[in-house]
Amino acid sequence: MIKFIFADSWSPYLVGTLIGVLSWFSFIISRKALGTSTSFARGSAKLGALFLGEKVYDWKYYQKYKPELEWQSMLVIGIVIGSFISAVLSGEFNLAFLPQTEFESILNQNLIGRIFSAFTGGIFLGFGARLAGGCTSGHGISGTFQLSIASWISLVGFFVGGAITAFLIF
Amino acid sequence: MESKLRLIKGLGTGIFFGFLLQRGGVTDYNVLVGQLLLEDFTVARIILTAIVVGMLGVYFLSDRGLVVLKPKSGSLRRTISGSLIFGAGFALLGYCPGTIAGAIGQGSIDALIPGLLGIFTGSFIFAAFYEKYSDFIEKNKFKFNTFPELFKINHWKIIIPLTTVIIIFLFWLESIGF
Repeated sequence: MIKFIFADSWSPYLVGTLIGVLSWFSFIISRKALGTSTSFARGSAKLGALFLGEKVYDWKYYQKYKPELEWQSMLVIGIVIGSFISAVLSGEFNLAFLPQTEFESILNQNLIGRIFSAFTGGIFLGFGARLAGGCTSGHGISGTFQLSIASWISLVGFFVGGAITAFLIF
Repeated sequence: MESKLRLIKGLGTGIFFGFLLQRGGVTDYNVLVGQLLLEDFTVARIILTAIVVGMLGVYFLSDRGLVVLKPKSGSLRRTISGSLIFGAGFALLGYCPGTIAGAIGQGSIDALIPGLLGIFTGSFIFAAFYEKYSDFIEKNKFKFNTFPELFKINHWKIIIPLTTVIIIFLFWLESIGF
């Protein structure tokens, strides 16, 4: 048991099963599906307001998704904490700017390249998630298991778009 | 603002989720990019297993009126273009919105600073775009949100075959040594 708690990693089947079970409890306890990307949209109003002023809060999108702390934003904060706990327990916590990877490229092995790839990648990711209406968790897991049509198309699109881009980069 | 209790429920759910993502290895750039390059199938294993377990449980609970499903809607133009753009970002950044939070928790500064800033910027650009083109974006929504509604059949007639196909795929993945 002790060994299990401190293990570097768990079987993906175990982790997948537990994420599935966590989804049940999320539905039962919070009446919500696991998802993360809407929180970033809410938070983005604050960033936008720094540049364009308070008027951005009146935008239609931010009227729908108000920039406030709610269930899902807390979930995202929880992910940071949970991952930190897991990483510390397994001795994997490591402050690093450049990711350790066997897929080396100028986009991830020097500071400028990594700032560029992470920032532009983030822009595409944020925009794409809003347009598609969800991310790998909201569509990819929670939406697909509810047999949502949009979610199955999204899951395929995420990995097709991702694979094409990855093969072009690496 | 939502009640304190609700915020705590969100936080608690997130802590479990983050722990599982990190322990599953999917907060690691190498594992995520490895999946997109079809060299490491950890992400597929986790997602597909979570789909099967989540689906069986949540539909079981929903049949008994214990939970209310919340399937997402979309439209062809929105869902296809959005998901492909998302995928391109996923490959460049090497994280997705959930796993980036996990990557931050395990100390990845590229996730914390340029990555997070990028996601906020991209979401903000969308909000600006939505301000002008919301009618266009919201057009031609799917008439049915889920496959059982679309095919007008009982959901278990999809759940059982889908579960079978996923399990066979995962066994096949193991058998070819991926």
